[in-house]
Amino acid sequence: MYQGIRISGFGGQGVISAGVLLAYSGMLENKEASFFPAYGAEMRGGTANCSVVISSDEVTTPIVSSPDTVIVFNEPSLAKFEPMVKPGGLLIINASLVNSRPARKDIKVLCVPCNEIAGELGNAKIMNMVALGAFAAATGAVSIEAITKALPKVYKKLKPEVIELNVKALKRGAQLSLN
Amino acid sequence: MAEKILMKGNEALAEGAIRAGCRFFAGYPITPQNEVPEYMSWRMGQAGGAFVQAESEVSAINMIYGAAATGKRCMTSSSSPGISLKQEGLSYCAGADLPLLIANVMRGGPGLGNIAGAQGDYWQSTRGGGHGDYRTFVMAPNCVSEMANFPHKCFEVASKYRVPAMILADGIIGQMMEPVQFTAPEVDPSKLPEPSWALGIGEGRTKRIVKSYDLREGYLEKMVMERVARYRELEKNEVLYEEKMLADAEIAIVAYGTSARVSLAAIKLAREKGLKVGLFRPITLWPFPKLRLAELSGRIKKFLVVEMSLGQMVEDVQLSIGGRAEVNLHAKPGAAVITAEEVYDTLERIVKKGAKEYAVAQ
Repeated sequence: MYQGIRISGFGGQGVISAGVLLAYSGMLENKEASFFPAYGAEMRGGTANCSVVISSDEVTTPIVSSPDTVIVFNEPSLAKFEPMVKPGGLLIINASLVNSRPARKDIKVLCVPCNEIAGELGNAKIMNMVALGAFAAATGAVSIEAITKALPKVYKKLKPEVIELNVKALKRGAQLSLN
Repeated sequence: MAEKILMKGNEALAEGAIRAGCRFFAGYPITPQNEVPEYMSWRMGQAGGAFVQAESEVSAINMIYGAAATGKRCMTSSSSPGISLKQEGLSYCAGADLPLLIANVMRGGPGLGNIAGAQGDYWQSTRGGGHGDYRTFVMAPNCVSEMANFPHKCFEVASKYRVPAMILADGIIGQMMEPVQFTAPEVDPSKLPEPSWALGIGEGRTKRIVKSYDLREGYLEKMVMERVARYRELEKNEVLYEEKMLADAEIAIVAYGTSARVSLAAIKLAREKGLKVGLFRPITLWPFPKLRLAELSGRIKKFLVVEMSLGQMVEDVQLSIGGRAEVNLHAKPGAAVITAEEVYDTLERIVKKGAKEYAVAQ
């Protein structure tokens, strides 16, 4: 299997954290994995993005130019990354903040109200986990269990109750995807 | 087997250097290698060593010059423009026969260029870079695990032959995260023997002098030739390269670092279409694996050099092959993203035209 992913959103929305977590989860499932951040003039409030590859074979280039899945957290990211999605690929949209809808008909689209769900769970910061949950359920590229295991390994300073909250967000995202 | 951890290339390089016995680091910030000094700033103290953020690159290399003269394992790192600033110091270190590690996580150039990954410092790294007749042992990692484990090899070679060693990575290898295993042996620097030339507190012993000059007539030539003898030994013993799918190959791609990763993806595309292409990846850029390339050119008649620069390594390939096979070039300067598809297109053109072609990206 091969899954090339691009995640994009405002700096501070958890784009990079979500990417690192995905790569780590892939590694925990004994797959090959890579993470590559866009490290240009990114800043808080500007748009940040990263590439993640999860594969059963060795990863060649870590920069994903033709992604199987794109996850967009904000409006500018949709405009930038919609054209990149592989035909037949998946576009996950944070419907809470992105009002436009993609024009392309040759891709699958999954709209997830990430911020609203995170708000319901009591912490707006975990909106990226809602999207990851939806991604895991829709693609099967990594399991919710692997992401759950990766959480305390990647974020060693997180308190158990915060981890628990993140896991709840993952599970909520996964349910949405299955509906 | 060591546990796999997910790590950034730059961090793996810093951790690898500490595990290889490095206990002094001096550097100055520059993208895309900032994680090296950042990691060193907290980790070096834990390891019982010293970290200095110098006031400039020139200062950092000269701190390393001093530290290396005591025979201890030490390191500096930077990215392209910063490495240019260090060249005078590097020439002095080479002239004083000092082992040390310098890492260059290349960015776009020339000048200030940009901060994306590039490979434009090949000539600077393999031809000396500073003034005078000297060589630097240069290793080119193409994954995070090699970033982690090459510092050990660099320190071993540097100590054995008394030469500066360089790790020549690019911004992509430095910035990417990947599962990594530290497989190189861990070195306790307190157990390393003190070199016979090392400076330090030596009451009662014969005076030792570390210097990069000799003004007496004829003596500098002697000093240089003694060094050249060590270079010849190094060239004989320390060449490293990797070959993939070359056994039945009709075309060999020659590439290092990130270019080698992209080339491998292109080779997979080519193999799916029935083109017999393989990869030759130089791991040491100096000494360059010229004998092996010469040997391969007896059987493989088409070579394609892929590099993220205007065409620098291609000259070493041509020198190695010496006209016995066709050498093509896919050059991608200016720190632009290089894709497997474009390399595959060049492969196809080489097959169809069957003629020498220089494909310089626009």
